[in-house]
Amino acid sequence: MSPSLTFRTGVRDVLPTVFGYIGVGLAFGIVAHTSHLSLLVVAGLSFVVYAGSAQFIITSMLLLHDPLSAIFISTFLVNSRMILMSTSLAQYFKHESLTRNLLIGTLVTDETFALAMNKQNKTNGKLSFAWQSAANVVAYLVWGVSTVVGAILGGLIADPTRFGFDFALTAMFIGLVYLQLISDKHLGMTLQLSVMVFVALAYYFLIGVMSQNFALLVATVAGCLFGMELKKCR
Amino acid sequence: MSISLTELWVILGCGAITVLSRVLPFAFVKSLNMPAWLISFLSFVPITIMTALCCESLFVAHAGHLATLNVANCLAAIPATLAGVLTKSLLMVVVVGIMAMAVLRYFSIG
Repeated sequence: MSPSLTFRTGVRDVLPTVFGYIGVGLAFGIVAHTSHLSLLVVAGLSFVVYAGSAQFIITSMLLLHDPLSAIFISTFLVNSRMILMSTSLAQYFKHESLTRNLLIGTLVTDETFALAMNKQNKTNGKLSFAWQSAANVVAYLVWGVSTVVGAILGGLIADPTRFGFDFALTAMFIGLVYLQLISDKHLGMTLQLSVMVFVALAYYFLIGVMSQNFALLVATVAGCLFGMELKKCR
Repeated sequence: MSISLTELWVILGCGAITVLSRVLPFAFVKSLNMPAWLISFLSFVPITIMTALCCESLFVAHAGHLATLNVANCLAAIPATLAGVLTKSLLMVVVVGIMAMAVLRYFSIG
C-alpha cells in the first residue's frame, strides 16, 4: 500500500478486499434465494440496507415471520459497532465539509474502515475524501452486484463453499489485523498484542452467555478500556 | 420480481437504522471537540474490532457452554497468517486463505 491518497489509489487499495465481498455476497444471494426472497428484495437489502451480517439476520427473521420491531432491534444491535467505527474514522475527516463527511459515513463498512486504518498508518495519519470514496463506492457496487448474481445463480450452484470462497472474509480480517498490528507505530506491538489476547479471551467467554453480536460489541468496548488502562500504566 | 409490504418496510426501516448508525457519528465528530479520553479510547477501536471479527469466525458458540474452535477456519488461518507475515500483502493473505480452505474441503477436513 503506497502513501498516495488519490481516487485511483483508493480503487487499487480496495481490490484485495473485493474477494471477500464477492465470496460473501454470492453466499448471501444464494441464501436469500433459498429463503424465497425475490431479486428486488435482495437488491433492496444490499443497496439500501447495505450491511453484510445484518442482511443474513434480516433474511432469516423474514423467513420466520418475526415482527418488524424485532427485526429493527436486531439490525440496530448488529450494526451498533458502526457507531464506534464511524466515530473513530470521522476524526480523519474533520477538515472536510459536513456534506463530504456525511457522504463518507453513508458507505462505511467493517472492511473499508479497517482498510482506512491500515492506510493511515502509511500516510502519517492522513486520509482523503477521494481515497475513501473510491474504496467505499467500489466496495458498495461489488457487494450489491455479487448478492444479485448470487440470487440469480442460487438455483444452479449446489454448494458454493466447496471452493473455499466463504473463507475470503475471514482471511481478509486476518490480513488486516496483522497489517494493523505491525504498522500502528503509535500504539506499538506489545500493547496491541496484549489487547488482542484480552479481546479474544473476552469474546471466547462471552459467546457462551450472550449472542455473538452482543459479545462482539462487549469484547470490543472492554478491549478498548483495557488498552487505555494498560497504556496509562506503562 | 415481487416485494411484499413487510419486506418494503424492513428494507426502508433497516436502511434508515443502518445509515443513521454510520452517519450520525460523522456529524457529531465534525461539530464537537472530543475529550482526550475518548480519543484514547477510539485509538483502540481498530485493533479490538478487527480481533473480535476474526474471533467470530474462529470460535463456534454453544449457548450456556464454553465455545469450541471452528477447526477448518483455524487450520486455514495458519497458512493465511504465514502468507501475511511473509508478504505483508492483503491480497496474498486472501488468495492463500481461499486456496487453503479449498484444499481442506477437498479432503473433507474440519
